[in-house]
Amino acid sequence: MTAGGSLPRYIVQRLLLMLPMIWFLTTMVFFLLRVVPGDPISAAFGDKITEEDKEARREKLGLNEPLWKQYLDYFGSLLRFDFGHTFRGNKDVLDVIIDKGGATLTLSIGAFAIALLIGIPLGLLAGRMRDSAFDVFIRIFGIFTYAAPVFWMGMMLILVVAPTGWPTSQIANPSTLREVPTVTHVLLFDSILDGNLVAVVDVLIHHALPCFTLGLLLSGVFIRLVRVNVLQTLKGDYVEAARARGIAESKVVRHHAFRNALVPVITVIGLQVALTLSGAVLTETTFGWPGIGNELIKFMGQRDYGAIQGIVTFIAIMVVLVSLLVDIINAIIDPRVRY
Amino acid sequence: MLTRLTSPFRNTTGMARWLLIVGLMMTAIFLFLAVFAPLVAPTGFNDSMMNGKEIADNQAPSGTHWFGTNDAYNDIFSRTIWGARTAVQVVLFSLLFSLLIGVPLGLVSGYLGGWVDRLLVFVMDAMYSFPSLLLALIFSFLLQDKLGGGIMPAALSLTVIYIPQYFRVVRNTTVSAREATYVEAARAIGAKDRTIMSKYLFGNVIQSVPVIATLNAADAIGTLAGLGFLGYGIEPGEAAEWGYDLQRAMDEATSGMWWQSFFPGIAIVLLITGLTLLGEGLNETINPSLRKRRITKVVMPPHTPKEIAK
Repeated sequence: MTAGGSLPRYIVQRLLLMLPMIWFLTTMVFFLLRVVPGDPISAAFGDKITEEDKEARREKLGLNEPLWKQYLDYFGSLLRFDFGHTFRGNKDVLDVIIDKGGATLTLSIGAFAIALLIGIPLGLLAGRMRDSAFDVFIRIFGIFTYAAPVFWMGMMLILVVAPTGWPTSQIANPSTLREVPTVTHVLLFDSILDGNLVAVVDVLIHHALPCFTLGLLLSGVFIRLVRVNVLQTLKGDYVEAARARGIAESKVVRHHAFRNALVPVITVIGLQVALTLSGAVLTETTFGWPGIGNELIKFMGQRDYGAIQGIVTFIAIMVVLVSLLVDIINAIIDPRVRY
Repeated sequence: MLTRLTSPFRNTTGMARWLLIVGLMMTAIFLFLAVFAPLVAPTGFNDSMMNGKEIADNQAPSGTHWFGTNDAYNDIFSRTIWGARTAVQVVLFSLLFSLLIGVPLGLVSGYLGGWVDRLLVFVMDAMYSFPSLLLALIFSFLLQDKLGGGIMPAALSLTVIYIPQYFRVVRNTTVSAREATYVEAARAIGAKDRTIMSKYLFGNVIQSVPVIATLNAADAIGTLAGLGFLGYGIEPGEAAEWGYDLQRAMDEATSGMWWQSFFPGIAIVLLITGLTLLGEGLNETINPSLRKRRITKVVMPPHTPKEIAK
């Protein structure tokens, strides 16, 4: 074993690469949202508050300081996990994120689960039966899930489901929201911790439609990926060799082609985090889902640059951290990655 | 030239060929609608009059209004067709801008190497890692305040997310082509860097661009609609846009007026599907690992001892 291939060393290397990435993205966010609007306070409040009031707010938020000082302040705050304050209500952005992040988290995880459940079996079968009618159907289905905007898919599902009385918006009934005490800020976990079975079922029912909608979007990615991988593994020498040894075709396909075709799925899950976040913003808006994406759009409508900057900064850091995590998991599973 | 253009058709077979043709036709129909929207659409994109009569609101599809009408007294069939024009305009501009910026940057970065290359790769990777819709949303949000909600701000917002993709592909092909014999030969006869890049490398690295451009166009249609749905796309007074129409229809989603959301949405689905099939079809002919060539019969010359004896 050479030093270059050791896991701790790889992790340290990736960590060191991650820091400039976070620096660059957060700097970009700072310049876009602090510098481009010119005077964010006027942009946010217009003529609704007096000039003195605006000046007081600018002073308080440090917007009258020279730019380089604001930039240093921004970074200093980030190191203390301080994502700034909202212009309206002067709330801590981190509190907003903690409060709304749980809904986005359970939505995304549910969507991934559904995407894998749909995507992997369909992709395997389509690849196995290349160019058959089934393959064509699955490919068209895969393209359709990608082509149909997630919010349109959501609206169509609402049209179909709403008449049945199944909930099509919000994360839970008002009674559940009142009853369940906030502990983890993730409503599903809180309901479970509370031991409130009615609430758990209520929350799960509300998850079904949004998770399915977002999951459908993601499933297309997995169908395409798994299908192409099966096509390529079926061409592999080891598959040919297995066939030549007289192993039954069904066994060759299952043990030699399918298993290897699934390895890249883990990598791609990591790559889909960005797509999931984009999709989550749209899904949350469609279903009135109380998540970070929905909140961001509301703040944009209010021109609350303080909140927007904080949330976008948080998302940028999250994306980098998740990709780091995925790289590390990959390195643990597949030693080739470490070299 | 003609043989190059038809090669994707000649080199494919069966399903791949069929999908390519379907994709091409779907894309062509939308391009036709986009170009001839004033002739095809019964009304203007924002008209509340048709054939001198006022349009009633929220009407279900009928002989007069094929796709029904919306709550703003517009004919949805007309708005859907005008929406094709808006989508095509925005996407073409964004493709043009991102190609104009991404391709030269990739070429220079890959050819020069060194710290310029490392810096550009770093910046582009960082932008690429960011969720694309959010990136476009932030730019659109900021640009709308400065430039208004027209075609150009929307196109520029989309440009930002596609530059890294062209950069990557062109840069990587340039890196592998840089050491090729023909580049070395060009250097040996004293060609300047500029000449090598524009005359020798450009033609070779540009080959992979049509596939990505087609797939990006498909993605751009969806992103534009997403921006419109969130309220940061094209402003309603500027042009008809499918995403905005869907946002308007959202309020009616539970009231059973399905036609208001169905038709703009299906237009998006069909255009994206067409472009995706076209892009994938092209990819299958270009990417040898996926290609299944059409088998042409080999006609062997008659091989008889007699003829050889002659």
